[in-house]
Amino acid sequence: MTWRQARWEEPLVFELGGKSRRGFIPPRPPKEVMDYVGPLRLPEKVKRREPPKLPRLSEVEVVRHYVRLSQMSYGVDNGPVPLGSCTMKYNPKIALKLVSDSRLEYLHPLQDDDTVQGVLEAMYKVQKWLSEILGMDYCSVHPAAGAQGELAGVLVIKKYHELRGQADRKREIVVPDSAHGTNPASAAMAGFVVVEVPTAPDGNVDMDALKAAVGESTAGLMITNPSTLGLFEERILEIAEIVHSVDGLLYYDGANLNGIIGRARPGDMGFDIAHVNLHKTFSVPHGGGGPGSGPVCVKNREVVDGVTLQDLLPGPRIVYDEREGAYRVEAPGKWSVGMLRAWIANTIPVLWAYVYILSMGARGLRVAGEVAVANTNYFLKLMEDVMGEYYSLPYAEGRPRKHEAVLSAEPLKDKTGATAEDVAKGLLDAGFYAPTIYFPLIVKEALMIEFTESETREAIEAYAERLKEIARAAASGSGEHREWPRNTAVRRVDAVYANHPRTVTPTWRVERLRREGRIGPLR
Amino acid sequence: MGEPHPWIPNSGELEEILEKMGVKSVDDLYSDIPESVRMSPDQWDSLPIGEGRPLSEIEVARRWERLMARVRSFRDPPPFMGGGVWPRYVPAAVRYIIERAEFLTAYTPYQAEISQGLMQALFEYQSLIAELLEMEVVNASMYDWSSALGEAFLMAVRVTRRRGRVLVPETMNPLHRKVAETYLYGLGVRVEGVRCDRETGLMDLDDLDSKLGDDVAAVYVEYPSYVGVIEENAAAIGEAAHRRGALFVMGVEPISLALLEPPGRLGADIAVGEGQPLGLGLNYGGPYLGIFAVRWEGRLVRQMPGRIIGLTRDAEGRRAFAMILQTREQHIRRARATSNITTNEALMAVAAAAYLSLLGPEGLREVAETTWYMSHYAAKRLSELPGVESPLLKAEFISDFTVRLPARAAEVRRALKERGVMAGIPLEGHAWFTGNDVLLTVTEVHSKEDVDRLVELVSEVLGVASG
Repeated sequence: MTWRQARWEEPLVFELGGKSRRGFIPPRPPKEVMDYVGPLRLPEKVKRREPPKLPRLSEVEVVRHYVRLSQMSYGVDNGPVPLGSCTMKYNPKIALKLVSDSRLEYLHPLQDDDTVQGVLEAMYKVQKWLSEILGMDYCSVHPAAGAQGELAGVLVIKKYHELRGQADRKREIVVPDSAHGTNPASAAMAGFVVVEVPTAPDGNVDMDALKAAVGESTAGLMITNPSTLGLFEERILEIAEIVHSVDGLLYYDGANLNGIIGRARPGDMGFDIAHVNLHKTFSVPHGGGGPGSGPVCVKNREVVDGVTLQDLLPGPRIVYDEREGAYRVEAPGKWSVGMLRAWIANTIPVLWAYVYILSMGARGLRVAGEVAVANTNYFLKLMEDVMGEYYSLPYAEGRPRKHEAVLSAEPLKDKTGATAEDVAKGLLDAGFYAPTIYFPLIVKEALMIEFTESETREAIEAYAERLKEIARAAASGSGEHREWPRNTAVRRVDAVYANHPRTVTPTWRVERLRREGRIGPLR
Repeated sequence: MGEPHPWIPNSGELEEILEKMGVKSVDDLYSDIPESVRMSPDQWDSLPIGEGRPLSEIEVARRWERLMARVRSFRDPPPFMGGGVWPRYVPAAVRYIIERAEFLTAYTPYQAEISQGLMQALFEYQSLIAELLEMEVVNASMYDWSSALGEAFLMAVRVTRRRGRVLVPETMNPLHRKVAETYLYGLGVRVEGVRCDRETGLMDLDDLDSKLGDDVAAVYVEYPSYVGVIEENAAAIGEAAHRRGALFVMGVEPISLALLEPPGRLGADIAVGEGQPLGLGLNYGGPYLGIFAVRWEGRLVRQMPGRIIGLTRDAEGRRAFAMILQTREQHIRRARATSNITTNEALMAVAAAAYLSLLGPEGLREVAETTWYMSHYAAKRLSELPGVESPLLKAEFISDFTVRLPARAAEVRRALKERGVMAGIPLEGHAWFTGNDVLLTVTEVHSKEDVDRLVELVSEVLGVASG
């Protein structure tokens, strides 16, 4: 049976509707109110002269429009989404049901603490549980996403050196070349210079290069463990020692936590700061790109007399007052790097993680991690017969992978011309989401695959089989791989047209103004 | 080992899978972790995480009920509180649309062809906001207003190559200011307040002129402001900024724009704002939606943070959507990216698109008008109470306004809460306000009866306080 996605060729919402249709009608002010306050007054200078050019649709049309659009989208509920480093696990429905509680909708973040004790308790417990899971001393759920957790972390590193009177010297952050792009980007946002170190053939950080890179100017090192190759960094304890020996701090990017959860903890490996992505390891749905939540955690490392890393963290914090038996929200203190968003947390995702962790318990989380790791290695086993011929497994062949594995389609490309992108499109045609491709940058024609614990044996087997079929089809010389995908809502999209200064169209307004000759190419 | 789990299909068959792989025990898969940091299953399982063992749905739902029993949700009436996020009605259809599994459980649309529907929805979000703001380029979301503002300032620093200061109204949202300061801390850029008129709350243009200089990267105004003021001199402030080579950044509350000239007509280079009123709910802190938009100018567009979806075509000439201008982003540009953002608030952007599609131009105007009438009704009724000044600032407002009470604002708020109404954000410690001043909010979710009750209770509480 051939999988086919809906192909609605759905018009834009601007092209739908009519002249006099409404999808929602708010109450009008009662006549007494209008008489009492008089006609609506606004400063003349800034009264809107033309209403915004929004479409007019009934509720029926709006719902059908977006339902059709959803049918041309694909998530974990549709099938496997084995995007490497994204940990696209199943999103339990009990969590959706509970966090959709209508009692949360009107809770204002500046409401008094005594009216939101239940919510604060759940968030406080998530912080406690995360501390245990990571082996850290304190976690804050303030950051809105992983990248914000990273920003929190690098700002803490900056402040640490400032308070120790060595900020002028400590200007560099060391990052392995296999790191997620967010690491160097976060370091740069905090004003640091980024120093990259290469990966050795055994998949670990190149120690000679690391020793050469770390010195007096090193403020800290950011590392993902397991790495984006899905490999555990075997010399992590030595790395920690080297970084600490120059008074640098060690930062843990928790994007790949699913690879060691239940078996090892960054806090025990010498990490001073860590973030986790609740929308990865803790089953919060990704929503097509967000919302997420990126709690940041620290060790009680002393900064200066009486100040620890915890005091440097951004954002309001949730504390439990034993005397009162109540939870409180505390504004950031005088050592804090400040706030990253105006309010306490991305509360709904944090509550989702509460439901998930409560459902799993320590034991369930461990089993999830173990099955995720077993799934990766089972997949590699299934691929054994085509390794070398069509695909390869660069770095540390024979070593078990953890949450993910990075195959290279380079042999296939050399033989047939079919690229990693072609392979990805061939997977789409079979009704699978593709892996992360062309990342990490140190693997040519990279296919970065992470099944998580959510996939069945049959799905993993079918995925492996499809990868082989793709290779055989490309090797047959038919050239059909250039035609893929055929079964999705559209055929391959034109990226050049999408980005050309004459045709780039980020909004419908640009399309209209260009048609009317009111704007030119993007210069 | 070997127990089935509803969310881990292979957990009951793990042994068989390991056997097929020729692996004796799952422990072997972790053999490369140094022994000194490797934990045994027993060690791990005894950590205080959750309740240790997995719980069934039945048990979890009961725990949730116990939590919610200790939440006091003010729904009748909803809280009279805004200050950056507001009690606004969430149409049922919006909620329904964002719970569609194909949106909810999708990742960032890295594979364009299979993610067209999601990308079209995000493109529509960008396009609807572009019309509301009359600005040409909108990204597919930032975390919230405050972080969008932080990014706007960082962008202004890059565009102008000035690393000295940014100027903001002294009455601006204090939480937004804190966030902006955090974002600028890394680069050492200073946030400096410009004086505002004590009667009207409008920015003092002379003070602005005296503070502008060659080291100023951006001038910022809120529209309407934190204290409710509609900055009617926005265009003049923008001109002043441009004369001295700074960018002009406007922060907007989107529903007000149904009534107010859009930032695109007032000379804004960058507009940021909070998308929360567009069908997101309050949810005690988030998720919210940071709006970020710029004018059609290459030096601005190419320095924007965040993801952007664009219109293109497929191999057969069909209309299609793709992520565009990606060379700005962290996964390609790394340390030289315009921002580190990757996960954003995409699903909330879809909610905002659904909201604006449902309301249309008339619905949006009516929500804004009802808000204007109900807030003015409240302000005027309160002003008739002895000793109450309402609104305190003599400028027009839409949903939020300041009130001076003849008693401590925090105490009045506490007394109202005891009577079942959550109202007001005390302004003590902010700019030139006192402990008796409060920021009140009334929107379309508040009925005349709600406002009457609020006024009655304030009167009662003040009576008790003064008597």
